[in-house]
Amino acid sequence: MSEKLIFESSRPGVRGAVVPPLDVPARGMEALVPAGLRREDVPRLPEVSEPEVVRHFTNLSVLNHHVDRDMYPLGSCTMKYNPKINDRMAGLSGFSEIHPLAPVSGVQGALALLKELERALQVITGLPAVSLQPSAGAQGEFTCMLLARAYHRDRGETRDEVVIPDSAHGTNPASVRFAGMKAVEVKSGARGRVDLDALRKVAGPRTAAMMLTNPNTLGIFETEIGDIASIIHEAGGLLYLDGANMNALAGIALPGVMGFDMMHLNLHKTFSTPHGGGGPGAGPIAVREDLRPYLPVPRIVEEDGVYRLDHDCPKSVGRVHGFYGNFGVLVRAATYIRSLGAAGIREMSRNAILNANYLMARLRDTYEVKMPGPCMHEFVLSARSQKKRGVRAADISKRLLDFGFHSPTTYFPLIVEEALMIEPTESESKDTLDRFVDVMKTIAREVEESPETVQQAPHRTPIQRPDEARAARKLRVRWTPDDERD
Amino acid sequence: MFPYIPRGEGEEATMLDAIGVGSFEDLLAPLPQAFRVSGLLALPGPQSEHEIAHDLARMAGRNKCHPDTLAFLGAGCYDHMVPAAIDHVAYRSEFYTAYTPYQAEVGQGTLTAIFEFQTVMAELTGMDLANASLYDGASALAEAAWLGLGATGRNKILVAGPLHPNYRHVLATYTQGLDVEILVDPAPAGVTDAAWVERHLDDTVGVVVGSSPNFLGGVEDFTALFAEAKKRGAVTVSVFQPHALMLYKTPGAMGADLAVGEGRSLGTPPSFGGPALGLFAVTGAYVRSIPGRLIGETVDRQGKRCYVMTLRTREQDIRRAKATSNICTNQSLLALRATLYASLLGPRGMREVAERCVENAHYAADRLSAAGGFRLAFEAPFFQEFALECPRPAREVVAAAESRGVLAGVDLGRFRPEWERLLLVCCNEKHRRRDLDTLVDVLSAGAGEVARV
Repeated sequence: MSEKLIFESSRPGVRGAVVPPLDVPARGMEALVPAGLRREDVPRLPEVSEPEVVRHFTNLSVLNHHVDRDMYPLGSCTMKYNPKINDRMAGLSGFSEIHPLAPVSGVQGALALLKELERALQVITGLPAVSLQPSAGAQGEFTCMLLARAYHRDRGETRDEVVIPDSAHGTNPASVRFAGMKAVEVKSGARGRVDLDALRKVAGPRTAAMMLTNPNTLGIFETEIGDIASIIHEAGGLLYLDGANMNALAGIALPGVMGFDMMHLNLHKTFSTPHGGGGPGAGPIAVREDLRPYLPVPRIVEEDGVYRLDHDCPKSVGRVHGFYGNFGVLVRAATYIRSLGAAGIREMSRNAILNANYLMARLRDTYEVKMPGPCMHEFVLSARSQKKRGVRAADISKRLLDFGFHSPTTYFPLIVEEALMIEPTESESKDTLDRFVDVMKTIAREVEESPETVQQAPHRTPIQRPDEARAARKLRVRWTPDDERD
Repeated sequence: MFPYIPRGEGEEATMLDAIGVGSFEDLLAPLPQAFRVSGLLALPGPQSEHEIAHDLARMAGRNKCHPDTLAFLGAGCYDHMVPAAIDHVAYRSEFYTAYTPYQAEVGQGTLTAIFEFQTVMAELTGMDLANASLYDGASALAEAAWLGLGATGRNKILVAGPLHPNYRHVLATYTQGLDVEILVDPAPAGVTDAAWVERHLDDTVGVVVGSSPNFLGGVEDFTALFAEAKKRGAVTVSVFQPHALMLYKTPGAMGADLAVGEGRSLGTPPSFGGPALGLFAVTGAYVRSIPGRLIGETVDRQGKRCYVMTLRTREQDIRRAKATSNICTNQSLLALRATLYASLLGPRGMREVAERCVENAHYAADRLSAAGGFRLAFEAPFFQEFALECPRPAREVVAAAESRGVLAGVDLGRFRPEWERLLLVCCNEKHRRRDLDTLVDVLSAGAGEVARV
């Protein structure tokens, strides 16, 4: 890449911002910072002007793929369009400039909006109590595992096992471990759904909870969810929904009615807040009524139109955020829900399902579809037959980049050979889907006619096939001046 | 009908036809009726942009904030100037609407910026390296504890000096399933109580935490404590405030193994405390146990320098239950903003910000101490924030000042009953002399009022 790092453009004496002048009598650092506490060196931060900063980062930015450019068929990531009004609302100074410890009388508007979002998420999930505090899905599911632990202990039980299907996201077993419990894996049956007999064998007196993604990571609705819930509940456990795939259900079906006792939502997926290149997101949780006392503190309480923060919840698992969660993200999600309303939320999920089924139908003659029957909002293709020509799923993914699309989620779920997991979302028009199908078919033809074109892809991206092994072997995770290298 | 759903008339029928089903209902066949929503959910909307903007502007208008309200609030959430170029760049769709850069070929923008961010954080903290960021400062401390407990196999955490109560709370939340004991220094003098530490620091302590500036504003040097803790086999964690590192001894210089802090104040407005930016830096010995994402330099097949997510086998999607953390994101956009901030201000600008903070805080503290009725609660050196002992409960002082349009500080009584009379006052580089004088006038007037009562 020709782009220098910002540090490599640094020249002493250049700057890109002016600090307001001091207008109190200066006492000086000699007087105010005791000698033994002083920093002795100067951090090597870049010395550059504003135009250089803007140009550097603008030139970096255009190296990214992004939703406003073209589709991201990333399964389980729900890369939908991020409405622009959301950002304008989060940027209102009455939201962006408020301090979390301002007197509660001075943040009534913020608390009212948070309460509005809590209520909307209660309605959408069918679960009566919500905490908006978790910063991301993984923190939401970790919080729910703490809730499960606290709930059982409160009842005098020390259950320490959490059942997880083999198709689950990796965050699930990791969250279980840090909550002090053990993940117990249950195999998927032939059709990608939970095998009930296998589940009966692992559910028992040590079962604290089961974590389930529904629709699962194959894009298949767990039709036997009622039986799954019964098995877990009869064993005395709680059923947790990993809400990563809520874009298939919102406005159409209610997790609370399916027997789920708790769940998290990814506002950066279903509720359109931007991914920002990896964050910030938000991972609110919703739980059934008798789990409410265990939710994180503080809780937002409304009494006669006046809002306050309640810290006095003795059974709470505690705080998971320094303040109240990712407020700016929550404002965006609340805006989105107002934009769509109930009818729009339903249309969102309907069209996400329609788009996924349309893509799957148009691709099934070209790529192997693992599961028969309709999918929900995403589906998994296998590049097994392409592999016979020496082309792997990862090669097909890379080749898509040459055509201006992002890659699908590749090699996940782990239980499908050469998996390509595709989720178009409702934001994509039929034209875009058709264009994607054409490209996927072109690539399939290339696999037959000139497999090396695909094997060596991508060809047109800013860089090609970075050496990841070298990155880990010759670890270099920060810039240093040339004279300090090696 | 819905502006974000591009579906024309008749298209649904065409698509259903291509799928080979008669109606949309057929696609929902696997979804039992019993679980379905009948009719519409009870939700607000749908509203047009105009209506939403009207309603939310009214809600936002009920909140008190800069620039209409003069505020001296800190306590873990610090307000500093945000250059305009930061919004301009960070709101570019290319950064804003991009996914996590798993496909490095089309993610070099984010990857390069985060590599630069890691460099900024390593430079600021004096540590060997930093990760791509975590959720916030509080959870970064909890992640540091997980790392330290795992590395030592011990189950005790010792907190020296006054740590932010919310950080302590998150630490307790994160470790509640792990059979951990947290020992907390009562710190009666507003700084580490060396005698207490000496009594409690032994070979069973796995993690030692020291915060500077601490929650009550005091700046401390943990060099000796960290050396002793390491001798006893503990992992040492320095909790820092990024702007303070321009003037004060760094975690690296103090010999910390891990350094964590809240970085939101670097280029992002307070926004009610979130989104925030968890900073996490380590010495080289801990690189393979660091939580979260790490961006590394490499070359592509043409030999071009480029960046990728590296040491991925630490992470949950590969290692699952054995991962170094359950975290699956970073706060990329805020990390980008912090990098923009550090680039725009540079070492001189950031030092000037820190100097203005310390000068303004001392000007205010001196005038308040001289005004009668108030005095500094502790003797420790401070940076931009100090605890003021008030002649009556701080919540009354806060309320009286609020009625005069000034948010005078944070009433520490909301954290601990014995801090009932302590007001935590925070100054920054945006405050003008007249702002500081207003604070003094408003607080002295409030004190006078009580004298009359």
